[in-house]
Formats: sequence, C-alpha cells, structure tokens
Amino acid sequence: MKTYQLPEVRIERDKDRCINCGVCVRQCAFNAHKFDEDGEVYSEDEKCVACQRCVSLCPTNALYIKDNAPFVKDNANWTAETQKYIWKQAETGGVLLTGMGNPKPYPIYWDHLVLNASQVTNPSIDPLREPMELRTYLGSKPDHIEIEMVNGEPVLRTKIAPQIMLKTPILFSAMSYGAISYNACEALGRAATELGTFWNTGEGGLHRNLYKYAPNTIVQVASGRFGVHSEYLDAAAAIEIKIGQGAKPGIGGHLPGEKVGPAVSETRMIPVGSDALSPAPHHDIYSIEDLSQLIFSLKEATEYTKPISVKISAVHNVAAIASGIARAGADIIAIDGFRGGTGAAPTMIRDNVGIPIELAIAAVDARLREEGIRNRASIIAAGGFRNSGDVIKAIALGADAVYLGTAALVAMGCHVCQKCYTGKCNWGIATQNPYLEKRLNPDIAAERLYNLVRGWSHEISEMLGGMGINAIESLRGNRLHLRAVGLSREEMDVLGVQVAGSPMA
Amino acid sequence: MKRVYAKEEVCIGCRLCEVWCRTEHSRSKNIIKAHKSEFPPPVSRVLVEELMPVSFALQCRHCDEPECVESCITGALTKDESGRVVYNEEKCVGCWTCVLVCPYGAPQRDLERKKIAKCDLCPDRDTPACVEMCPNQALVYEER
Repeated sequence: MKTYQLPEVRIERDKDRCINCGVCVRQCAFNAHKFDEDGEVYSEDEKCVACQRCVSLCPTNALYIKDNAPFVKDNANWTAETQKYIWKQAETGGVLLTGMGNPKPYPIYWDHLVLNASQVTNPSIDPLREPMELRTYLGSKPDHIEIEMVNGEPVLRTKIAPQIMLKTPILFSAMSYGAISYNACEALGRAATELGTFWNTGEGGLHRNLYKYAPNTIVQVASGRFGVHSEYLDAAAAIEIKIGQGAKPGIGGHLPGEKVGPAVSETRMIPVGSDALSPAPHHDIYSIEDLSQLIFSLKEATEYTKPISVKISAVHNVAAIASGIARAGADIIAIDGFRGGTGAAPTMIRDNVGIPIELAIAAVDARLREEGIRNRASIIAAGGFRNSGDVIKAIALGADAVYLGTAALVAMGCHVCQKCYTGKCNWGIATQNPYLEKRLNPDIAAERLYNLVRGWSHEISEMLGGMGINAIESLRGNRLHLRAVGLSREEMDVLGVQVAGSPMA
Repeated sequence: MKRVYAKEEVCIGCRLCEVWCRTEHSRSKNIIKAHKSEFPPPVSRVLVEELMPVSFALQCRHCDEPECVESCITGALTKDESGRVVYNEEKCVGCWTCVLVCPYGAPQRDLERKKIAKCDLCPDRDTPACVEMCPNQALVYEER
C-alpha cells in the first residue's frame, strides 16, 4: 500500500536552463534526480531532503528547491509539522529520528544581549595597532599562588595543574569518526593544528593516521568506551569524559552497523558491521563519587600530565551538577546547550529536553563563584554558536572557551538538512560511503575551517578593543559589559545582567 | 611543462569538467547554447573514467614521446617546442589511428565533424577550464 502524502519540498527545474548534463543525478545519494529511458533528466520531489547539493553544483542554476508545506486550515496547534509527525508514526509505529540541533523557535538569548563599547571616558583599543590577547588556558587554576624571590627574581613555588593553551577561545566540538567521515576528521585535526586550538574525537576513537594531530586533540571517553586504549589516552592533549550531549540529554547513542566499515571497526575496536551502542549512563558512574573515580583513573593512567574534562548537557540542575563535577576533580567542565547538534537523535528529545546554553553558562559560573571554586575548573560552552558575537557574549557570561560543532560543519559544506542519521550525506560529511566521502576534500575543508575561526577571532579582537579591553581574560565573566534587551526580570536575574540603559556602576 | 593531473582521491565523478570543457570549446562559449542549440555539438576533450567509488578525469597527457604524433598519417598532430601535443583540425581526416594508438584513450571521436577532438590545454585561458571549474580541486595544473 502506498501512503499518499504531499512531499516536503518541490524541486523546480527550469527546462530552458537545464542542459541535461546529469550532475544532479550523479550528486544525489537520495536518488531524487534520474535519467529516463530517453536520457532526459527528471526529479522526484518525495525523495528530496533539501540538502542543496544539486542546487549548488548545477552549472546553469536550473534547479531550485521550494518549501512545499501543505495548506493547513488555520490552526496554531495542529500545524502541518505536527500532522506530518503523526502521519509518519501512524504509518510506522516508530520513534521519529532526526539530526542536527534543536530547530524550534525557542528564544535565542544571544539576540537579547548587547555588548558595551568605550566612548570618551575610556579609550577603545585598535587591535591592528596594539597587542590583543586571545590566548586562553584551560585547566584547573590554583586557589592561591606562592612566589619566592630568588636573587631578586620571582620564582613560582605553586605547582600548577596541567593546562592546554588555545590561541583563540574557540575549539571544535566532539564529533566522532563514524558519525562523520574520515576526511571531515582530518580537516578538523588539520585546522585545529594550524589555528593553535583543539578538536575533539567524540566517542569514535582516533584513526591511526590522525595521531599526527594528537597534540591538538581532545580525546573522549564515553559510555561505550569505543576506541579507548592507553596509546589513545597518552597521545591526547586532554581527555574528556562524555556524560551527556545537548541534543539528547539523558540518552545514549547508536551508530548503525552499516556505518561500521573496516576503518571505523578498527578505530572503535568493535567488529565490522556491528551496531555501536553507547549506553545512556556510564554503567560505572551513578554518583559524583563514581565520576571522581573515573577522573582519577584517567589522571593516574596519564600520570597527571593532562587536564580531564567532563562534558554534560545543560539540564535544569546544571549548576549543582557542575559544582559536583568541579569537586570531583575535573579540570574542565564542558556544557552543551539544547541547541547542540547530533548525528542522530529522537526528534522529541532533541526538541524538548534540556535548557538554553546562555542560561546554563550564567547559572554555572555564578554557582561556582558563590562556592569559591570557579578557579578549579574551566568552562567550555557548546550548543549552537552561530557567530563571533555569540562567542564573546558567552565569555562575558562566564565561559572560558566555546566549542563549535554545527558552525564547523556548515563551514565545511553542511546545509543543515538534518539527515545525518541516514549516512547518505551528499556533502561527504556525515557518511562512511567511500563514494560520498570523497566529496569532502580535506584540503579545502581545513582551509575553510581555518578561515572561519580566523575571521571570528579577528572580530572578537575588534569587539574587545571597542570595549577598551586588551585581553580576553579581562572579559571573562564580566557581565557588566552585557545588557539585556526585551527580557523578563527573572531571565535577567539568571543571566546576571541588567537591562540596557542601566548605568555601569 | 605544466600538465593537468587528476587527484583520484577527491574526484567526485560529477563530470562538471566535461560540461565546462564542452562550453570552452563551443562557438558561443555560452554553457546553455553550447549544450542545447549548437550544431555540431562541442565534444568534451576530457573524460571522467569511473568504476565507483573510483573516478578521475582524463585528458591528453601531452606525452614526451607521443604515439599519436608518431602515427598520425596527415601530420595533424605535432609536438611543439613547449612540449604540448598540438592538434591541427584542418589536417585531420578522421582515420582514428591516434584513437587506436593512444595508451590513455585521450583523443575523442567527433562523429559529427568526422575528426578527433583533443585537449589543447585551453590556450585562451591561464588555467584550463576543467581545472578551474572543478568543485573539489580534483584537477591541478602544474609542473611536475
């Protein structure tokens, strides 16, 4: 039986422009474009996922993908989307699956926060003429330092915990080999190395050929423990224990067996073709004390030479949890907001679970300060950072650095079609198909990632200079440089910012 | 001399090189006209060879010791001082001897004109069209 449904999109082909070259046919892994028996190209709307690959590569601009939302009789509750979901589930009885981050129109607090700038009473700084420091150290800072004067020179007596040094407060988020292609991992590794920052393996292990980027790699230890071995831990710059992910707080992961080819199998240390299931919790972590054991096991294993990060999703009790993590001995706390991306998640969880990263950063920073332990752990914020404005506001709210996932993917070519879980990514990013993987040339992708972070870093320097600040350190947690526009009293209280127009003092 | 080299590991088999080669070697140099109304239609001098997932674009290698120049019965193919294998369409009689002897299968048969078509490295451009228009940098034009 066929269920008749209006396709989500309509493919418009301008026949006057189409030269029948078939680029669209060859580029669509979803088979939305085909040749008929007479060699004429035609399209099937229902197969299109609107990834824009054909539109981008069509040499005559003959293609256009249009929204084909059905007319639904005026109804704010039973929208076309809600009805579509019901039809799909009535047909299959399954869980709705999706990819990427939460697309729902929740408030974006970044767009309700504005930055300060110097005028008359304090000078702004031109970062092209004067030094501007974006260097960021992540790791536990001491409660106090002891300095001893030796022959008139100060010598630091306090033993400083291991740190990682970033040339800019931006890192690439955890995206595993398996979820993304080898070429995508290679591009991230190369770009992180050139930028003097870090990329993160996610829970997929580190491919043998990518050990050359290890000094700029944060390796993850997740609930599935895929690809974890002593060499992997020893090679990394830092180790991250993944507890949660913003797109799917409280649930695990599932890399389908089709994506587990020989190289993924070897890297993850699981049989070829087997599903890689990451349990929802770590089965050895049911308390802060258990977490502490894993943190110290990893510290012991690497002889206290590298910082240990703990990544959690932003949930209601995030501040108290972060406090526990800092007390458990973590050097870095990574917090992933509800707009954080994923290769695959149940739609309902992605769209309804977790809290915005803006509120989470503010709550965690405030709590750790109140408890006098903010220095014990650095905070990395993640989840839907779109531009340098978001990054600098996160730092003013109290983050030490920011993880970019989706923005990095978009820089590499992703068009956010949300079909990562199908393994048919036409842009060569979220796929293990050797034919599709080639589409991501790591030389091009690495350069684009480099350019993106370089551009953002320039913009951050300009904005800092405008505020009269010459080091990112001086803005961290400096909420006086933020003002709120159009927020409620309660929201401003959580964010710890005042309404625009209120004075600096 | 500079030659066009294919990077098989990033060739995506889109065949845009062929599209732009035909356009460059058309009368109008207009992509839509070249493909829809010109007669005889332009023939691509580059051919994407594919056995998925492997693919790469192949055109005249401008060999140091070209078999085609050796065997051309009319002198339509010659080796010039820069090292290019130059093709004079006027002299070609369409005997297909070069097609037979070329170890790469580079000369293409232009069945309408009853002559061959072969890569001329786009003399009107700094970089051949196939190289410049490849969306994935799978073709490079360089000295090796």
